Formats: sequence, C-alpha cells, structure tokens
Amino acid sequence: MSAAPRVKDAGLAALIALALAFPLIGFETSDAGVGFSTRFSWVAIAAAVVFAGRLLFGLVPRRFHLHQFGVRKTAIPQGKLVKLASAALIVFAVLLPVTPFASRRSIDLGTLALIYVILGWGLNVVVGLAGLLDLGYVAFYAVGAYTFALAAQWYHVSFWEMLPLSGMTAATAGILLGIPVLRLRGDYLAIVTLGFGEIVRIVLNNWTAVTGGPNGIGDIPRPSVFGMPIAAGAPAGVTTFNHFFGIAYDPIQRLIWLYYVALAVALAINWFSLRVRRLPIGRAWEALREDEIACRALGLNPTTTKLSAFAIGAMTGGFAGALFAARAGFISPESFNFQESATVLSIVVLGGMGSQLGVALAAVILATLPEFGREFAQYRMLIFGAAMVAIMIWRPRGIFTIRAPSVRLDRI
Amino acid sequence: MAYFIQQLVNGLTLGAIYALIAIGYTMVYGIVGMINFAHGEIFMIGAFISLIFFVVLGVIGITWIPLALLLVLLIAMALTAVYGWAVERIAYRPLRGSFRLAPLISAIGMSIFLQNYVLLVQGAHEKALPPIITGGFDLMQQGGFVVSVSWLQLIIVGATLLLMVVFTAIIQLTPLGRAQRATEQDMTMAALLGIDVDRTISLTFVIGAALAAVAGLMVTLQYGVIDFFIGFLAGIKAFTAAVLGGIGSLPGAVLGGLLIGVIEAFWSGYCPSEYKDVAVYAVLILVLMFRPSGLLGRPEVEKV
Repeated sequence: MSAAPRVKDAGLAALIALALAFPLIGFETSDAGVGFSTRFSWVAIAAAVVFAGRLLFGLVPRRFHLHQFGVRKTAIPQGKLVKLASAALIVFAVLLPVTPFASRRSIDLGTLALIYVILGWGLNVVVGLAGLLDLGYVAFYAVGAYTFALAAQWYHVSFWEMLPLSGMTAATAGILLGIPVLRLRGDYLAIVTLGFGEIVRIVLNNWTAVTGGPNGIGDIPRPSVFGMPIAAGAPAGVTTFNHFFGIAYDPIQRLIWLYYVALAVALAINWFSLRVRRLPIGRAWEALREDEIACRALGLNPTTTKLSAFAIGAMTGGFAGALFAARAGFISPESFNFQESATVLSIVVLGGMGSQLGVALAAVILATLPEFGREFAQYRMLIFGAAMVAIMIWRPRGIFTIRAPSVRLDRI
Repeated sequence: MAYFIQQLVNGLTLGAIYALIAIGYTMVYGIVGMINFAHGEIFMIGAFISLIFFVVLGVIGITWIPLALLLVLLIAMALTAVYGWAVERIAYRPLRGSFRLAPLISAIGMSIFLQNYVLLVQGAHEKALPPIITGGFDLMQQGGFVVSVSWLQLIIVGATLLLMVVFTAIIQLTPLGRAQRATEQDMTMAALLGIDVDRTISLTFVIGAALAAVAGLMVTLQYGVIDFFIGFLAGIKAFTAAVLGGIGSLPGAVLGGLLIGVIEAFWSGYCPSEYKDVAVYAVLILVLMFRPSGLLGRPEVEKV
C-alpha cells in the first residue's frame, strides 16, 4: 500500500474510534441524571492513538503480523523445555515458604494461586481436552465449598474427612447436570452451563435457612496435621501440632500447612490428569473434541465420554472449593459469581487449552496480577476480556502453546 | 383477575424489550451460526448512550419531548450500531474458519471487556433518569384493584411489533435480505455468486445493535435506572427468548421474548420473586433439552 490509502485507512479507523469514544468517554453523567461533565480531550486522545496505531500497523511488513506467528507457533521446542520449566516451577512452589519471599501475605497468595491452578486444571479437562465449553464451572467450586462448610457447621467433621466428600458431591452434581445437557451442541451447552451456574448462586443466596444466604457461613475449620490442630493452646485431650513437635506457635504455620496441602492436591490432580490422558478415555476426549460425528461413527459413546470429563472436571472444582473454604474460613455466594467462571475460563484459554504447564502459569499470573497495585486490579477484568479476544485471534491455542496431541498417528 | 391482567400487561412490556434484543441474537445466529455473547452488552451500551443524550439534550435546552425522543432514538441507534459493527470487525471476523469454540470464547472476552469498559468510563453506580413519558389510562377496575396501562407501555409494545414487521419485510423483500438469506444457507456459494459476505454479516450486526439500542432506550424510559451490569441478565433472557421462539426465526424471537417477559412477570407476581431468574434459566434448559428447535424454528441437521 502506498502512503495515501494508508493514511485514509488510518483516518477511517480514527473516525470509528471517535464515534465509539464520543458518547461513553466524552460524557459522564452525574448519578442523579441531571447534569454531566465532558471529557472530550480523552476522546481526542483515543482517536489519535487509534490513528497512529493503525498507521504504524500498516507499516509493519506482513510477515511480522501477529497472526502470522499463530501459524508458525508449532515450531516452539517441546519436550525438554517443558520438562525443565515444569520442574523449576514445582521446585519453586515447594521451596516458597523457606525463600526470602515468604510472608503471611505471599504464602496466602500462593495458596490462592494454587487454588486457581487446581480450578484451571479441572476446567482444562472439560474445555481443553474434551472441548466442552463450560461457563458455569464455578457452580462445582461452590458445591465443593458449601459441602465442606455445611458439613463442618452441622456435623463438625474435619477438613480431611470432607475433602474427598466435597469432590464426590461436586462430581455427583456434575453427573446430574451432565446427563440431560451433554447431548447439546457446543454453544448451547455453554449457555446451559452458564444458567446452571447462576441457578446455584441464586439458590445459595436465597435459601437462607440452610446456606445462611448472603451472610454466608463462617468458622470453617482449618486442616489439621494428621489430626493435630495447629494452635497455641488446645482443649483437654487434644494434642496440638506445636505441643507434639515442641515448636512455638506462630500463625504463619497454619498458612504454610494449608499451602502445602493445596500444593499436594494440585500435584495429585496434575499427575492424575496426565495419566488419564493416556488412557483410552483420555484419548476419546481429545478425539471427541476434534470431531464428534467421526467418533460416533467409530462407535464411541459421546454421552458417557463427555460425562466422564464433566464429572472429573467437577470433582476437581469440588476439591478447589473445599480448599477455598478452608483458606478463607468464610464463604458467601458472592465468591461464586459468573466473573469467577470467566476468570477460570480465561486461565484455561490464555494458558493454551490442553496444556498443563500453560494453564498453571496463566493461573499464577492471573491470581497474582491484582497484587501489583490496586489500580491494576481495577483494569484486571478489562485486560482479561481483551486478552481473550486477542488470544483467539492471534494464538488460538494459547500463549504458552507447548502441547502436542497426546497420541499421534505415527507414534502408535 | 385484575391482578392477573396487570401482570400480563407488565409482562408484555418487559417481553417486548427482550424481544428487541432477541432479534439481534437470532439474526446473527441465523447468519453466522454463533451466539453473539456480547449482544447483551451492546444493549447495555445502547441504554447508556440513550441516558447520556437525554441528559445532554435536557441541559442544552431541547425539552419538547417528541423531538428529544426522536433525536435520542436516532443518536442511540447510530452510535450503538457503530459498536455492533466494531465488535464484529474486531472480535469475530478474523475468526471465521477458526476452530469451533473460538468465536464463542472471543465473544465472552468481548462481553467482559465491554462491561468493564463501561464500568471504568461511567462508574459503578446506578444511573437514574427522571420519568420522561408519563401518564396512561385505567384499563379496568375490579374489587378495588385498578389495572393501569401507561402510554409508555403501549409505545414499547407497539414499537416492537412495528419493528418486527419492518425487519421481516426487509429480510423477505429487499436485496439485503436476499443476501442475508443466501449467506445463511451457504456462505461460500453466496460469495461465489457475487454477494459481499463480509458486508452482509457486518450489516446484520449493525441492524442487531440498532435494535438493541431501541431496547436500551426503552429500558431507560420504562425503569429509569441502569448500570453497567444490566446487559448480562438481559442478554441471557433475550437469548432464552430467541431459543424458545426458535433460533434463526424473527417472529419466533418476538414470540419468545413476549413469553419470557410474561413468565417472568407472573413468576414475580405469584411466586417468590427472588427466584424469577431461576424460572427463566429453567425454561432455557428445558427448551434446549426437549425442543432445541424452539417453537417456530426448523430442526437442525448436522452435516459433516
């Protein structure tokens, strides 16, 4: 393109930016709806940025355009690099509490990041491997958290008794939801799961007699160390962890213990999903993701295959929910809104659907992002949204795309 | 009985607004086969633009209501249509021919982006507008309960039906409509026969967004309070309406919208109203499970 059409093209883009920015950025009404203030300089800046951006974009040679990278991305080295990065990540995670970074804040944040890693891996089985877009994943997270919290409230059972039960309840919920809806096509399934997630949240919010409604449930017990609570003093007949080992009590010990529990759960889930992927069922998921009609023609039962992916994803969500409840000590329906589902989905999308390492990295980044400044937190969801669009356009298999199919024809 | 009729009137008004949004879903789905998840946010943006220009016109002194209404309607439709166009151009067009879930994920990203964009530039607080069209008449009276219908409710239902007729005519009779139907049937073949597929799809989004802007204007007038989050729920309900009526069918979208509005109004009137959204989601799930082609839609054939 020569210069004139390029400028014209950029001018057109700027004009559109002007039309987009003018009403919503140009004016800000007062909340009462009687007066307004103007911010036309912002509109001008937006249009100028778009003009310059479009002009510069036109100058970049075509082979450097971002979506050209998307085609070449398969050339990224695999195998060794992934193993090295994974090992480094695990070593860092294990050593975090003894590094200089260790503080109440950072360990707590690490636990939260691990919960997101678990959620990401769980949803990864559903979206990344089986190709089922689940927009209501947070429902299973909520089921897990509420199972633990309610059982602890009514029957005083411990974290360790409830962790498997939370997973099982969530998996049951997944199967119950899955049986009727998994016959649906991809985008219908997405909307139905979104509806299910919202139903769960609304019920939790309004069924006050059982769930406490918007007030939530508090006093959720922390996990004990093999039956011994971490505490300064204990009621008669109970040996505390500190007493048993003769260590002085420090509140950070609870956080570190919970962190390691979350890490253990995360690694177990990682191991499980890496294994299950190589089983016939895991291969069936990936085959189903690629072509459902072909799978049906080959005699795979799509419903049971999808159901197993859905149930495993839900179970993982349930584990994450129990950990979340134990970490916060308090849960309310507000923690389980659609935004949370969208966050987990963007973790899976950004990490590269199907890639364990990518999802883990994305989860850690997204969970710790808001800590880099409160202003940044304000823009967090804005950036998530824009990143999801950008990733789909430029690198539809994720930023950290490093995963080949588990099985290839030439390797069988 | 009087209470029943009052709920019916309220439900039809609400349903008309859902119907206008549902038309956007149904047209886009018909032509490109994707759920435009960001459509609810386009509606929300239409409502914001309407509210902003009502305030602006009021301040600069255009207070004759019919003129102000017309100006706001035109401005909101035009500017919201630009949003609809831009969303398609940025988030969906580059993905045509990408893998199956890509456009849907991109649409969800777009929806999150637009919601937070409005949150940032307009604030998290609810925005209120004093009533602009007031008055109405009493339809009937029974046992001390008066059924009243406001002029605004009549305008909303009337405008929806009028727009449905106009757009059905556009799709049936104009070259644009023919191009749309051809693109819907077979995109490649339509392109080979000289139809500008990109332009047709863009125009579909533009029309959908303009109708969503009308819905946004009506919500602003009828309820007087909006915030950045209204698009999420309205979007899901309108999508439910489109599915209930049979996705791809324009009269179906209007029928579905009115039905959803009435279901919601009756549920609020007779059952615990905090569960009214659950009722709508339940309708969505049941329709998709038992009659995915909806009331007026054609059954879908899966092709390899």
